[in-house]
Amino acid sequence: MWAFIHKVGSPKWFYAISGRLLPWCWILAVGLILVGSLWGLAFAPADYQQGDSFRIIYVHVPAAFLAQSIFVSMAVAALVFMVWKIKVADMAAAVMAPLGAVMTFVALFTGSVWGMPTWGTWWIWDARLTSMLILLFLYLGVIALRGAFASRDSGSRAASVLAMVGVINIPVIKYSVDWWYTLHQKASFSITSRPSMPVEMWWPLLLMVVGFYAFFIAMTLMRTRSEILRREAGKHWVRELAAGGA
Amino acid sequence: MSSSDRGASRAVEMVEPRGGLGVAMAAIVKRDLTLAARRRSDILNPLAFFALVITLFPLGISPQPALLASIAPGLLWVAALLATLLSLDTLFRADFDDGSLEQLLLAPQPLSALVLGKVAVHWLMTGLPLALMAPLLGLLLALPAGSYVILSLSLALGSISLSLIGAIGAALTVGLSRGGVLLSLLVLPLNIPVLIFGTGAVQAAILGDPVGPHLAILGALCCGALMLAPFAIAASLRISING
Repeated sequence: MWAFIHKVGSPKWFYAISGRLLPWCWILAVGLILVGSLWGLAFAPADYQQGDSFRIIYVHVPAAFLAQSIFVSMAVAALVFMVWKIKVADMAAAVMAPLGAVMTFVALFTGSVWGMPTWGTWWIWDARLTSMLILLFLYLGVIALRGAFASRDSGSRAASVLAMVGVINIPVIKYSVDWWYTLHQKASFSITSRPSMPVEMWWPLLLMVVGFYAFFIAMTLMRTRSEILRREAGKHWVRELAAGGA
Repeated sequence: MSSSDRGASRAVEMVEPRGGLGVAMAAIVKRDLTLAARRRSDILNPLAFFALVITLFPLGISPQPALLASIAPGLLWVAALLATLLSLDTLFRADFDDGSLEQLLLAPQPLSALVLGKVAVHWLMTGLPLALMAPLLGLLLALPAGSYVILSLSLALGSISLSLIGAIGAALTVGLSRGGVLLSLLVLPLNIPVLIFGTGAVQAAILGDPVGPHLAILGALCCGALMLAPFAIAASLRISING
């Protein structure tokens, strides 16, 4: 068991294994996202209230799912790095942070674009929007802290601590923002009490969510591979690889 | 070592392997209190900043008492939060520069307990004075009567969490030459729950609602921070020193 973990944890093995997995992840991601978006944008029925504007859900919801999942995965990777000193985990955490920040931004942006035709405003201080915005700031903090250190190792460890502190705080922040929202104003509309979706709308959404997750995995593997090459540039096997590929 | 010797030299006691945790923490609290008493501007600056920021709002928004009263709880809390943030940069800075932070790391007692002493002094020197000063500034903002005690209480309780969470950020950025802006980027999002329930308590007091739940949650946040933050602070200090 331990030997296996250390094998996977060694950059060389991870590079080899992820190289074999990567094409399948890409096929899954591209296939699902293509089918899901075509189905969702062209064939799913229009909403009886919102018309075609609801179709942005096929980007908005998967992005929002990923925004939160990526932070948790990043914190888990940070924990693995801090406890077992597995370098690959830190490389994965490093490449996940910008991806998560982008997904959070996409969720906020699409939400705001969706809000204009349906709610008549680009932004409201809704509990979900607010906690999403705070999540974006947390991502930015982790990215900035990693970049602020002169030595990469200190930056890695500092960012790991912050990611773990952040992940403990996310539920607290989410809960308190919900509380704040119910205290201050009553919603005239709510994202949660939307009439439940017909099956024809739900299937493409499911495909898109799974497709986005596959995209996230493929992207993380690919960028971790480049990070491995960058950090291990001095190692023998990387030089051999570069010589063979040239 | 005889008991008279022990009483005579606490500084020696601190680095002695068998020295008790209580003795070490007391020594740190005493040292930091002494240092604070000798650098009074470090205590006064956040208070002056607090008063100044509060002065800016009537000038920037409107001097009408009715309007100011409605936003006073939020303004006072946000200004106090920023004042705490401002003082955080100095929490470990001097100790980092003169090397005494390294001595703290080398001490046989657990670092997470020792930093708790430092954070306690930070709260005594910023959080508590801010809480005591807040009612005075509340008067300037026409804060409705009946909420002054709760304002102080919520600030005193909430600023314990602010000091603890802020110390994590301060520990992470102490090794960086220009950590100030980064520090606020790290700490402010984590402080949002404290702000929400602190302001909530004051607003509940103004409206005549029960303030107990808000103060209870502030207390719960404080307990959570007391349990978890020292370990994060200690880990961050080790990264900043060894890195």
